[in-house]
Amino acid sequence: MSDHHPTGITRWLYTTNHKDIGSMYLWFSFIMFLVGGAMAMVIRAELYQPGLQFVQPEFFNQMTTMHGLIMVFGAVMPSMVGLANWLIPMMIGAPDMALPRMNNWSFWILPFAFTLLLSSFAMEGGAPNFGWTFYAPLSTTFGPPSTDFFILGVHMMGISSIMGAINVIVTVFNMRAPGMTMMKMPLFVWTWLITAFLLIMVMPVLAGTVTMMLTDRHFGTSFFDAAGGGDPVMFQHIFWFFGHPEVYIMILPAFGVVSEIIPAFSRKKLFGYSSMVYATASIALLSFIVWAHHMFAVGMPVAGELFFMIATMLIAVPTGVKVFNWVATMWQGSLTFETPMLFSIAFVILFTIGGFSGVMLAMAPVDFQYHDTYFVVAHFHYVLFPGAIFGTTAAVYYWLPKWTGRMYNETSGKIHFWLSMIFVNLTFFPMHFSGLAGMPRRIPDYNMMFADFNMWASIGAFGLGLTQVYFLISIIIAIKSGKKAQEKQWEGATGLEWDALPSPAPYHTFSTPPKVD
Amino acid sequence: MAIRRKLIAGITSLLSLMLSGVVQAATELNMRPGVTETSIEAYNLHMLVVWVMVAISVVVFGAMIYSFIFHRKSKNPTPATFSHSTQVEMVWTLIPILILIYLTIPAVKLLIKMEDASDPEMSIQVTGSQWKWHYKYMEEDISFYSNLTTPEAQYDETNGQGKEKGVNYLLEVDNRLIIPADTKVRFLVTAEDVIHSWWVPDLAVKKDAIPGFINETWTNVPKVGVYRGQCTELCGKNHGFMPVVVEVVSKEDFKKWVSAKADEKVAAAKAAAEAAAQSWDMEKLMALGETTYKVSCAGCHQASGLGIPPAFPALKGSPIATGPVDGHMNIVVNGKSGTGMAAYGPQLTDAELAAVITYERNAWGNNTGDKVQPADIQAFKAGNK
Repeated sequence: MSDHHPTGITRWLYTTNHKDIGSMYLWFSFIMFLVGGAMAMVIRAELYQPGLQFVQPEFFNQMTTMHGLIMVFGAVMPSMVGLANWLIPMMIGAPDMALPRMNNWSFWILPFAFTLLLSSFAMEGGAPNFGWTFYAPLSTTFGPPSTDFFILGVHMMGISSIMGAINVIVTVFNMRAPGMTMMKMPLFVWTWLITAFLLIMVMPVLAGTVTMMLTDRHFGTSFFDAAGGGDPVMFQHIFWFFGHPEVYIMILPAFGVVSEIIPAFSRKKLFGYSSMVYATASIALLSFIVWAHHMFAVGMPVAGELFFMIATMLIAVPTGVKVFNWVATMWQGSLTFETPMLFSIAFVILFTIGGFSGVMLAMAPVDFQYHDTYFVVAHFHYVLFPGAIFGTTAAVYYWLPKWTGRMYNETSGKIHFWLSMIFVNLTFFPMHFSGLAGMPRRIPDYNMMFADFNMWASIGAFGLGLTQVYFLISIIIAIKSGKKAQEKQWEGATGLEWDALPSPAPYHTFSTPPKVD
Repeated sequence: MAIRRKLIAGITSLLSLMLSGVVQAATELNMRPGVTETSIEAYNLHMLVVWVMVAISVVVFGAMIYSFIFHRKSKNPTPATFSHSTQVEMVWTLIPILILIYLTIPAVKLLIKMEDASDPEMSIQVTGSQWKWHYKYMEEDISFYSNLTTPEAQYDETNGQGKEKGVNYLLEVDNRLIIPADTKVRFLVTAEDVIHSWWVPDLAVKKDAIPGFINETWTNVPKVGVYRGQCTELCGKNHGFMPVVVEVVSKEDFKKWVSAKADEKVAAAKAAAEAAAQSWDMEKLMALGETTYKVSCAGCHQASGLGIPPAFPALKGSPIATGPVDGHMNIVVNGKSGTGMAAYGPQLTDAELAAVITYERNAWGNNTGDKVQPADIQAFKAGNK
């Protein structure tokens, strides 16, 4: 094992090291998280009170669109790939990812993709303004000129994601240490393997969608234009065939993270390991047959609505199994509540609340009342913020000692947790109420009956935003001057990264594979 | 400064809200039950699923909290060693399935009922366009546009206006959709440009309006009243500014309204003929033109005539507004497909069209001096056919 590594800017430009690339992914996603978060602040400032105070509707639409795109493709997805890069080789006893040069390329595409996307703010007509779901014909015939930059940007993100996914699959199948059988792999590796398959299956569909948009816009086709024999609803079918698995792409790795952390701080093995694997796989399979539950109002035949309603409700079963297994893992354990554990527990509780509203939304006859209101906004932010983002945050606190050899300050971790916990609920819980009261999503101004809840949500959002800046500062302090971490920082931690490697993990690890029994 | 003032206002109102301990009457915590059979059933199903979810949370979160208290390291230093139990796992796979079946049965029944638009007593075509609704009564000779009436002065606070807002702020229109009570009304929902969605919460009716396709939905309202909703599909700049207002009247009142509408139509035709017969002077054209422009055009092309290019081109110095009159009439009367420019021929009277075109050709330094008369519009429309 050697700790020698190149220096200077070329270390980062040319690197094929999974740890370097993992760090770059994580930092990139954090920057995008702040950029997308700043846009959320603009949205919440405008919605703080009825009336238009700060921005005009056309700019407001650009904010909601870019906030969604940046958070989904720039913050959540790259953060998960960053974790995969850092952790999968160490967890399965591999020296690196299987395809290191492709790994480098798949990261370095991203800054260019997002530069293209963000440059659209400077263009005539402004940035894309049709929502992150870019429904045709608003995004085709009626889209601003910058839509073409958006299309190219999405293509590049897609290529990056597909290469990342290929890398994970090849690594997991070929690079496991002797004795590391599939059913011995840490659950994080399993959830990422399944996520990678989802990515490979749906990112090309997204690429197809935006290509059809491009030809509709410039080459005279009419895929999504009824006047030429096309169908705007077909856009939604294709988009959500990508979009629904995409939702699980963002959450499955976080399932894996908490499945590592909860056993560690319960000092007890994960309950029902194999049922966790099967539940994850079932969720992934079901995600391909439920897409039209996003489209109950488009006028599908009743038979179609019934099918998508029932299939969607079925997802609650494997998801329930996962939640019950996490609770059973804690049951009669020996619990301590360090920051990663706090974030994981909050993940389980708040993700479950997001799951509850998910079941409600699945029920088509009531969904007519919820659809496209703030109730939906509350639902998906509950699964994304306290879901995906709390998952990543828990992972950062848990593995930071292994990555950097330094410990964060437990008090400041707990402050970060409690502020996040309070503000995330203050931001998103009132949105359930404004949605039920009848407030449509993506509107810049609203009637006074929605005013109270919007004010609460805005105050929560400003607090939540500032809390993440506090997180950034406390992590930088930890990396620079935190206490030295031990090889096995957590009493209950298991896995090769804790048992077979020092902290920080050297630049090159497992040049000779460890033996797993 | 403005931000700080708003923050202080916000904090004071928050404090007063907390101190008073009562939620304002206008604030609603839950879904409205609405007034139709289907909306009440949807509400009941919503409440059923809410309570089921509350019950599940009590069990699951209760077990977690019990664990936090009694299985913490200080209380339970040696953890148990079990890590699976096939029986328990079977149980918690089966119980959710049973709960879901329990929820699915009423949902399926209600869904089938809500989607049954057969045997309507009357039909109305609902057409969404950027950013207004058009209603056409299929059995009567009635059709009209429904525009937001909340003035810009109420919502645009960027220039110091907009402090006072009405009760139905952003939920008020010039022409309400009038339907009779106790009648099965079918809505044929479509759109002209992009996708919109027609939603009235109290009726539990939400249907996407899709260009090129016609969707079907229905309602049967037992209670006379005014019901307000909004467009719920992002449809561009003024998505937040296209409300839906439905007024349900008794069957007799509906008949009266239909005949009054017929009289109105005769009177309007007469007024149009009169307007066309006379020659309007510049002052009169400019005055009517300015009012019409503010209502129908300024939303996109802006009061300044500068527009928001490239989506909404400037009219000030534009080749159309300063070029041949025919071209200008053509784009105003017939619109431009593939853009937000709708055809105003059917939406405005001949006099309004003439006035607004005149206004556009002479305002903001477009001093063409052209006067367009209502008779010119009439002739143009006749030549159009």
